[in-house]
Amino acid sequence: MESPTTPLISRRDALIVGAATAAAVSSAVPGTAAAQPAPLATTGTQMKLSLTVNGQAHALLLDTRTTLLDALREHLNLTGTKKGCDHGQCGACTVIADGRRINSCLTLAVMHDGGQVTTIEGLGTPQQMHPLQAAFVKHDGYQCGYCTPGQICSAVGVIDEVQRGIPSHVSADLNARPLLSADELRERMSGNICRCGAYTNIVDAITEVAGGRA
Amino acid sequence: MKPFTYERAPSPAQAAAAVARQPGAKFIAGGTNLLDLMKLQIEAPTHLVDVNGLALDTIEPTADGGLRIGALVRNTDLAADARVRRDYGVLSRALLAGASGQLRNKATTAGNLLQRTRCPYFYDTDQPCNKRQPGSGCSAIGGITRQHAVIGSSTACIATNPSDMAVAMRVLDASVETVRPDGQARVIPIADFHRLPGDTPHIETVLQRDELITGVTLPRPVGGTHVYRKVRDRASYAFALVSVAAIVQRDGSGRVALGGVAHKPWRVEAAEAALPQGARAVTAQLLAGAQPTHDNAFKLPLAERALGAALLQARSAA
Repeated sequence: MESPTTPLISRRDALIVGAATAAAVSSAVPGTAAAQPAPLATTGTQMKLSLTVNGQAHALLLDTRTTLLDALREHLNLTGTKKGCDHGQCGACTVIADGRRINSCLTLAVMHDGGQVTTIEGLGTPQQMHPLQAAFVKHDGYQCGYCTPGQICSAVGVIDEVQRGIPSHVSADLNARPLLSADELRERMSGNICRCGAYTNIVDAITEVAGGRA
Repeated sequence: MKPFTYERAPSPAQAAAAVARQPGAKFIAGGTNLLDLMKLQIEAPTHLVDVNGLALDTIEPTADGGLRIGALVRNTDLAADARVRRDYGVLSRALLAGASGQLRNKATTAGNLLQRTRCPYFYDTDQPCNKRQPGSGCSAIGGITRQHAVIGSSTACIATNPSDMAVAMRVLDASVETVRPDGQARVIPIADFHRLPGDTPHIETVLQRDELITGVTLPRPVGGTHVYRKVRDRASYAFALVSVAAIVQRDGSGRVALGGVAHKPWRVEAAEAALPQGARAVTAQLLAGAQPTHDNAFKLPLAERALGAALLQARSAA
């Protein structure tokens, strides 16, 4: 698929644009230059990269400063992945990069050149939800929903890590197969903050899906 | 973030050479700490040398029965390695006590050793900080110092080293391997790797600017019961107020290092002779000369009790 060429204008940018003159609009929208069809000459601080997101290959020309999170949201218009703290503290930006859950805000897009990324949009659709998406709905694992894409991507990673036998801080025996207890899930999900406090239901949702697979 | 150029290094020595060529250049591996600091402009490299493509991501046995951990081995993989879990449990435990699952999947062994302090005044760019801006002063001294160092600090800086992994590495007598642009390698004992702040708190390790960590070597296993006990304000995903890495043998002898109390992992080998007598006798020597503040004097009894709990845990597990 062609990469989207016109970034959606965020609420914040719309405010900036609204406050500026029409002449200033094009320079007030971040990412416009990087997404123009006729690529600009690559300068020292812009780089070409390819990224396969949810199975679709994209060619991008980005400022080197662009985080993977901003590449997804502002350049590929995949706004399911959320920006919470932008400092790796809240987990709202969690995606699965080359098979591992990571904070997409704390990595540069150029560091993922040639890489594979799965976001919440790639896990399921409203018509065909991922089992974790369905379980979050069933168990009411959210209130406002802002942290939910990160919670679900993180939970996908947690289930995989448990299946691979990776221990956690609360595993009683480092050398035994990790359990799928509520304590284990709470510890493993501690990098995902939910300010609405839906933790109990989140643990129930993950337990239902993980329990069926472990 | 300030603008920067970016390149991928083809070899460790070439990575070091690339950093040597440009005064504002830095290495980037996991990036979880560096990018955080770049967003705040506490770090503002003009050039990044990405070392992720270097083949430094394996854990191999050494000729003398130890393990060589590649600089790029991710924290998750190091903690989960079967040999580390079996023979160096204190290292697995320390890694798993740190950060979050997402961060451990990205953060590297070398990067963990080089992570910067989480002193809130270091992070607050509106305030003087000798570590961030040499010579500007220390805002922590006389400020809110609950998290800060109780020993080994100076009138220039009372920040702590935030790493859990480094505390375990210290108790395991690890060595840090590096390479320079001319290809010359050296081995730095972990005891000598991190510096005390003195009057140059911005210089945190003995590494040269263009010196790249290539790996960390663990000596052959010493046996015993391995314990890492971390005391923090939350049950998970928080930095230590005090942590204890301990390896205790059946006869009661062993090794101990503390985290959260100093500018480097804190170990005093001479204090370990007192281990059979219990935590009080050890911490009396380990923390002799401590200069806590009003806010963090609690760390002294906390360290003693955390060590006591670690020794109890070791005895019941042995």
